[in-house]
Amino acid sequence: MILKGRHLIDQNDLSLEELDQVLALAEKMVDDRDAYSKVCDGKILGTLFYEPSTRTRLSFESAMLRMGGSVLGFSDASASSVAKGESIADTIRVAGVYADAVVMRHPKEGAPKLASQFSPVPVINGGDGGHQHPTQTLTDLLTIRRLKGRLDNLKVAFCGDLKFGRTVHSLVSTLAKLPNIQFVFISPDELKFPKHMKEHLIETYDIEVIETQDLESVIDDLDILYMTRIQKERFFNEADYVRLKDSYILERSKLKTAKQDMLIMHPLPRVNEISYDVDDDNRAVYFQQAEFGVYVRMALIALLLGVDTDVKGE
Amino acid sequence: MLKVNSINRGIVIDHIPVGKGIKIFDKLKLNEADFPVVLLMNVSSNISQKKDIIKIENVMDIDLTLLGLIDSNITVNIIDDNKIIEKKKVEIPGDVTGMFKCKNSRCISNFDDYVTPKFKLVHKNSKLLYSCEYCDELTTYVL
Ligand SMILES: [Zn+2]
Repeated sequence: MILKGRHLIDQNDLSLEELDQVLALAEKMVDDRDAYSKVCDGKILGTLFYEPSTRTRLSFESAMLRMGGSVLGFSDASASSVAKGESIADTIRVAGVYADAVVMRHPKEGAPKLASQFSPVPVINGGDGGHQHPTQTLTDLLTIRRLKGRLDNLKVAFCGDLKFGRTVHSLVSTLAKLPNIQFVFISPDELKFPKHMKEHLIETYDIEVIETQDLESVIDDLDILYMTRIQKERFFNEADYVRLKDSYILERSKLKTAKQDMLIMHPLPRVNEISYDVDDDNRAVYFQQAEFGVYVRMALIALLLGVDTDVKGE
Repeated sequence: MLKVNSINRGIVIDHIPVGKGIKIFDKLKLNEADFPVVLLMNVSSNISQKKDIIKIENVMDIDLTLLGLIDSNITVNIIDDNKIIEKKKVEIPGDVTGMFKCKNSRCISNFDDYVTPKFKLVHKNSKLLYSCEYCDELTTYVL
């Protein structure tokens, strides 16, 4: 169970034990961040962002800087040599000389996997098209574990675009492996959770899955409500979009019957699916979620680099 | 029935699904052969109603992976001295490298010149579904 030198391309690259290792270290970092401020002294994280994603990039950069390491890379492929058609294999071989670990974001699906096959240093997938975004899943898991104190025995609802939502598919596939998880999928018919994935959940994990279009009818019984954006371009016609978009706007008034300790999560950025009056409800944890993203990336980078994390707090 | 002399030394690809014979013929570039080759179409068969057969009067390497992708009922008989000396089993390949492209238009394997598409068999049922090593998208091989 040594993560040193490994890659993280898909969240399934980590066993449940390894996942636990990452989350446990991340929690220690939450509790005493200063104790880890030097563990990556002298190490460099390469950030190869072939498409802009300011949030993800800053989260990784912050994580490395908070551990005393350095970062270098590009955030716009069109301004670098890769725009001239250099193959990923060549780029990563060179980046592996400049940096001790690399995070890659790429619009093409499978690009980080390809990079990992040629890389002399650990590669972290920072998002590849609509395919994978494993550190978002780790972030979601840390948020739940930290704020609920557990990752099992949960009734978890996902609301919005469940058809194309990469973060949803990824989190569902990991939570499904944990004991006594129930899922509630709330979406318009056009954006339902994929049937083949639902069947897989039921067949492989014998999980209870509830599907509905009506958020208010199920909200009273949830431990977690994970909201996602509904994008206009996913709809075939404007009328359907207009009809449905408002039904999934989470307003304070809809929270009346929800449990006091339910978590409202969102991968951010939000557009209008959570109204601002929800922000100061203590169940709204999406900004904390973004903060946990830094800690989980700190833990991941430290473990892949294999630096000594056995620090003594003050 | 149409009579075709048996071959003395070479290969018989038998039990090809009707209509696929000519496609295999093309794939194996048999139109460029300088040795006797016969393509038989719509031949009566006991196993399936009709089948195609290719007879090649020459010893050459046949890509069994390709044949396996087309139909696992295809048989390959190696002939020497007018007798079958070896029957090669065609199997649905578990791993396929390079033979076809990933159908996902956003997949890196369709863009980076240095990457060879690689696939793993995920379903055997009625369809051959191959999962892309890079993007996980499922692609069916169609000859
Ligand atoms: Zn692919």
